[in-house]
Amino acid sequence: MFFTLLKIELEKIFKKGRSFIGFIAIGILVPIIQIAMYSEGNDYFNMFTQTLQQQFDFSGNLLNGYLIAFIVLQSLFVHIPLLVSLIAGDMLAGEAIAGTFRILLIRPVSRFQVISAKFIAAQIYTLLLILWMSVLSMGLSVLFFGKGELFIVASTITILPQDDILWRFLLAYFYGFLSMSTVASVAFFFSGLVENSIGPIVSTMAVIIVFTIISSLDAGFIKAIKPFLFTNHLIGWRYLFEQTIDSFRILQSAIILFMHSILLFALSVYYLHKKDIMT
Amino acid sequence: MQPIPIIEIKDLSKSFGSFKAVDNLSLTVNQGDIYGFLGPNGAGKSTTIRMMMSLIQPSSGYINIFGMPLSQHRSSIARRIGAIVEKPDFYLYLTAAKNLEILGKLSGANVSKKSIDAILDTVGLLDRASSKVKTFSYGMKQRLGIAQALLHNPDLIVLDEPTNGLDPVGVKEIRELILSLSREQNKTIFLSSHILSEVEIIATNMVIINKGCTIVEGNVQELLNKGLLKVNFMIDKPKQALECLNNSRFNSSNIVITDTAITIETEQFFISDINSLLVANDIKVEGIQSTRSLEEYFLSITKP
Repeated sequence: MFFTLLKIELEKIFKKGRSFIGFIAIGILVPIIQIAMYSEGNDYFNMFTQTLQQQFDFSGNLLNGYLIAFIVLQSLFVHIPLLVSLIAGDMLAGEAIAGTFRILLIRPVSRFQVISAKFIAAQIYTLLLILWMSVLSMGLSVLFFGKGELFIVASTITILPQDDILWRFLLAYFYGFLSMSTVASVAFFFSGLVENSIGPIVSTMAVIIVFTIISSLDAGFIKAIKPFLFTNHLIGWRYLFEQTIDSFRILQSAIILFMHSILLFALSVYYLHKKDIMT
Repeated sequence: MQPIPIIEIKDLSKSFGSFKAVDNLSLTVNQGDIYGFLGPNGAGKSTTIRMMMSLIQPSSGYINIFGMPLSQHRSSIARRIGAIVEKPDFYLYLTAAKNLEILGKLSGANVSKKSIDAILDTVGLLDRASSKVKTFSYGMKQRLGIAQALLHNPDLIVLDEPTNGLDPVGVKEIRELILSLSREQNKTIFLSSHILSEVEIIATNMVIINKGCTIVEGNVQELLNKGLLKVNFMIDKPKQALECLNNSRFNSSNIVITDTAITIETEQFFISDINSLLVANDIKVEGIQSTRSLEEYFLSITKP
């Protein structure tokens, strides 16, 4: 019965027009960045590396598909939480508003099964969104810009050889899925608390903003809780693009994100198991 | 033959904060019954149905369905129940057939296009099978609600105000469908309504509740026949009629006269005798209207 429920939930997601907003948004944004980089990319690259070019000799295809994919990855992770919450935040609240929670829960399926199927469907949606982003950002970029070394200018300069990049991207996309899966779990949790679709989206974004602000503070007890705030780990995929990878740090961040998802799912189940369905 | 209890509710209560929506409600519905669950809006009917469908938890009391405690056997009980709870809500972005397919699968039914078409035909929606539910009127959604309740061939059908939003033809069709389900397939029907006349026509047994409490329960005909009728004789000589009745065996303190009528509280089988008496005394009877005390009581509690 669980797989029937899951299939039905996925079917419901993809029968709704709003579910494609995320795919369309990524489908528009990624090519825009790619076109911009195609026409102005060399100028940008020269501007950012102006000082370096006075001391070093740059050769090879540095404005390549990997660099574009890296830029897309950085810029899109700002917008993807909103796109993910749009669907995850509607999973339970949407049923409550439409009154369909009632017709689901009078069937011979347990609330745990219904909530689990919805939660997993939201995670599958998130995974598909990340896959779509990875295909567009990596696939199209490599197709149009070719391959080359990945040249990253941050607090330090990192140059990764061409044959040492692909696996990092694959892991980064997987890590990106873990990050967005946590965001989806937050939205899902809020979705069970309220009976409107906007509330979970706004609440999720508010939590991300507030936690991000808290993460930037170093005062008193904040310092102690900071490592446990999920927002502190959302961009952990960046560590995969360091010269020497700190596996422990990445794994620790991934576990914290995963535990957040599990905790939020458990809270949703606990709350909804006892909830009187009045809609 | 000993009646088989299908629904047994005992001392059921539900409170929302200090508000008691259902207060020590007890009732028994037997196999094959069309059980009328009557009460004005806000009487606690939907709350009771929601408790029967495990949508809300009772504060106290117990519910046994098919001889099993609902709290322990929810899944196996739900498999044998088809229900409309309050409004007929559906996935508006899906077609009628798709909605039925989803709900049928979740009910554990082996749903095929044939079975979906058959049930849509029964409720008169076959030609709209491929239409999205968002294009449906309230009455059509109500029909679809009945279709989803019947799709998995349940033994117990719980219908919460099933004729809401239907036109007179639709009301008649649904009434006939309910009667045929009971008579031909021996289904047990639990029918909630706030209209006495609707229940009176089809129900075999009923309960009237108000403010969450049972007011009266029993066989519909017995309940309706119980007590005196208020009979209104529209006549041309009310004063003469009063004198005539006072001098007869129908002498009663409960006689009220107006300029055109006389009202007397009496039993059903005396109506024709009174009519004969009036006619014999040269009083022209232009019409007779009777109101049952239960109906009057029900009207009094349903008045806003």
